Amino acid sequence: MSNIAIKVEDLSKQYRIGAKQEGYRTLRDTVTHALVSPFRRAQKLLRGQAYGAAELDETIWALKGVSCEIKRGEVVGIIGSNGAGKTTLLKILSRITEPTEGYAEIHGRVGSLLEVGTGFHPELTGRENVYLNGAILGMKKAEIERKFDEMVDFAEIEKFIDTPVKHYSSGMYVRLAFAVAAHLEPEILLVDEVLAVGDAAFQRKCLGKIGNVAKEGRTILFVSHNMVAVRNLCNRVIWLDKGTVHQSGASDEVSYAYLRESVKVESVKDARSFIASLPPDEIVQLEAVDIRQDGETRELMKNGKPVEVEIRYRVLRRVHGLRVYFDILDEEGNILVRTYHDDEAELEEVMVPGRYCSVATIPANLLAPHRYIIRVCATIESSLEDYHCCVPGGVSIPVQFQWTSKINHSRPGARIISKIQPLIGWRTQSIAITAEHEDAYSRPCGEPKRLGG
Amino acid sequence: MESNAPVIVVKPSKGWISLKLGELWEYKELLYFLAWRDIKVRYKQTVLGAAWAIVQPFFTMVVFSLFFGKLAKVPSDGIPYPIFAYAALVPWTFFANGLNQSSNSLVGSANLIKKVYFPRLVVPIASVISGVFDFILAFLVLLGMMLYYGIFPKANIVWLPFLLLLTLTTSLGVGLWLSALNVQFRDVRYTVPFLTQFWLFATPIAYPSSLLSQPWRTLYGINPMVGVVEGFRWALLGTDTAPGAIVLVSSLVALALLVGGAFYFRRLEKSFADVI
Repeated sequence: MSNIAIKVEDLSKQYRIGAKQEGYRTLRDTVTHALVSPFRRAQKLLRGQAYGAAELDETIWALKGVSCEIKRGEVVGIIGSNGAGKTTLLKILSRITEPTEGYAEIHGRVGSLLEVGTGFHPELTGRENVYLNGAILGMKKAEIERKFDEMVDFAEIEKFIDTPVKHYSSGMYVRLAFAVAAHLEPEILLVDEVLAVGDAAFQRKCLGKIGNVAKEGRTILFVSHNMVAVRNLCNRVIWLDKGTVHQSGASDEVSYAYLRESVKVESVKDARSFIASLPPDEIVQLEAVDIRQDGETRELMKNGKPVEVEIRYRVLRRVHGLRVYFDILDEEGNILVRTYHDDEAELEEVMVPGRYCSVATIPANLLAPHRYIIRVCATIESSLEDYHCCVPGGVSIPVQFQWTSKINHSRPGARIISKIQPLIGWRTQSIAITAEHEDAYSRPCGEPKRLGG
Repeated sequence: MESNAPVIVVKPSKGWISLKLGELWEYKELLYFLAWRDIKVRYKQTVLGAAWAIVQPFFTMVVFSLFFGKLAKVPSDGIPYPIFAYAALVPWTFFANGLNQSSNSLVGSANLIKKVYFPRLVVPIASVISGVFDFILAFLVLLGMMLYYGIFPKANIVWLPFLLLLTLTTSLGVGLWLSALNVQFRDVRYTVPFLTQFWLFATPIAYPSSLLSQPWRTLYGINPMVGVVEGFRWALLGTDTAPGAIVLVSSLVALALLVGGAFYFRRLEKSFADVI
C-alpha cells in the first residue's frame, strides 16, 4: 500500500429522471392502466427493483467513468458547473448512495459535510442540537463533550446555547451548525458547497478553519464554486463536466481554465444583470461596469484608440486598503495586465462610505486584434483588515479588438500572433561600408534616421 | 499507521447483502441520540405533554369496557374487564405507535438520508425504541390499576422483559418492511392506520383467546401480538391461560418478520438516497 487516501476507478452513477408520460388517450386506457400498473409495480417490487411510484424510464448519467487518485494530505478542489456531478461524486465517496458501476477505495476514516446543520431540530436547544448533530456526523459522545466549549466559542453564541434553535437568527443557526462540523476530525474530509452560507466574516473564519485542517496533513476533497477559496486552499483541482473529468491539475491552472470557459457574460449589457445577481458583500458592492470607446459603450473596439473602463461601486463602511482592479486576460486565461485603481497612490487609501466611480484608460495601440476578457474585481488588502475579496470570481466581460492602427499596413492579411501589440519605435538605416565609415560598426545607430528618409 | 486505517470499498452491491450488525453496533450512540430526540420532541408544544402517552390506551380501555365488557358481556378470563383490556392495550399501544412511527421514520428523515452516511437501520430502530418511554408511562398506570383491583403479580412477572422484547421485535419487524416500502411507495403511509385498526381486532384485546379451542388457539399465535397480549395478562394478572405454546409460535413468527425485514431493508437501502 502506498500513501493513497482515495482511489476512484471508472466510477459511474445513473439516475432515473421523471417518466415519459404516455398520454392516456381514452378513459378506457386510463382505467386499464390504473388497474394493471399496481400489479406490475408489485411484481417489480418483489424483485427488489422498485424505483419510486412513477414508471421511471428516462435515465441520465450523473457520473460517467470518473477515475482519480488522491494522496494522503492532499487538498483537492472539485469544480464544475451545476449538474456536473460534483455532489454525486461526494455522495458516492461518503457512501450515501451507491455507484451504478465502478469502484472506489478509501483509506481512512471519512467525515463528510454535504450540508451544515443536518438533523438540527428546531424544538431542541442549541446544546441538544450540538450533541445530536455531532452524533449524526459520526462523533462519539465523549468527543463532543470534550470539544463542546470550543464549538460554542467558535459559533459565538454562548448566551443562547440553551435556547431552542427555532428562535435563532439564520446567522446564529448556521454558525452553530458549522461549529459542530468544523470540529469533526476525520482523516479524510469531504466538503460540499457548505461555505456558501453565513455572512462574509463567518465564511472567512470557516475557510481559515478548513485551511488549518489542511495544514494538519489531513486529506480534503472540497467542492466549491468559489474559485478564490479553491485556489487558496487546494493543491490540485479536478474539473468535472457532464459527469466526466474534464481537466485535472494544478489549482491555478485548472481554475482559471474553468473561469475562462464559464464566462457567463457575453457583453457589457449582460454584465449589468450579472452584477445585479452577485451575492451582497458587506463592505463593497459593485454597481456597474462600463467599457467605452469614443464615449460610447461597445463590444468591438478599435485598437488604435484608447478604451475606458468605468467601475462604479458603493462602499458600505469605512475601509482601509480597498483595491479596485481589473485584469486583461487573453483567451487562454493568461493575465496580460493587472491594474489597480491605487497603483499610483503613495499610501494605503481609506475610503468612507458612499458611491464611487473609478475610470481607467487602456492606452491606444496596446492590444492586438483578438478577443480579450476584462475581469473586474475588488479586494481589501491592508495590514489593518483581513484579506477579503469583495467580488469572488470577479466580473468577466469579453471585448473584441479590431485592427485600425498603422502597424502592419503593408501586409493587411497577415495574422498577428502576439497578445500585446504596442507601437514600438523602430529605426533602420543603411550603412555604407567604405573605408571612411568603417568606424560605423563600432558606433551605435545615431540619430533616428529612417530608411530612405 | 497504515495498518490500522480502515479501508472502505465503494462499489455497486447486488442481491441480498450482509446486515453489517457490527457497524450498527458502532453507531449505538447515534441510535441513542435519535431515540432521545424523538422522546424530547414528541410532546413539545402540547398542553397535556407526556400525559398523551396514557390518554390513548386509557380511553380505549374505557370505551372497550363500556361496549364489550358491559354491553356485549365479553368474557375476560375471570378478571375485571377494565384491567383485562388495559393490560393488553399497554403493549398494543406500544406496538401500534412503534409500527406507525417506524414506517414513516425513513421518509421523515429524508434530509439525513440524503446528506449523511450511517447505517440506515438506525432510523426505524430508534423510532421503535423511543416508544419505550410512552410504554413505561402507560405501564405505571397499569400498576396503579392492579393495586386498585388488588391483583398482585406472581413469579411469572420475570417473563415481562422478554414479552416487551417480543413486542419490540414484532413492531420493528413489520416496521422495517413498511419503512423500506414507504420510501418507494408513499401508499404505505395511508395503509398503516388501516392495518393497525384491523390488527387490533385480529388480536385478543377486547376478548380472550380462550374463546378458541385447540389447536386453533395455538395457531392464533401466528399473529405475534396474540402471544404478546396473552403473555402480558398471564405474567402480570396471573390469568390461568398457560399461553406458552402461543408465545413460542408468536416468537418464531416475530423473529422471522424481523430477520426478513432487515434483509429486505438492506436490499432496498441502496436506492433510499436516490428515491426518497
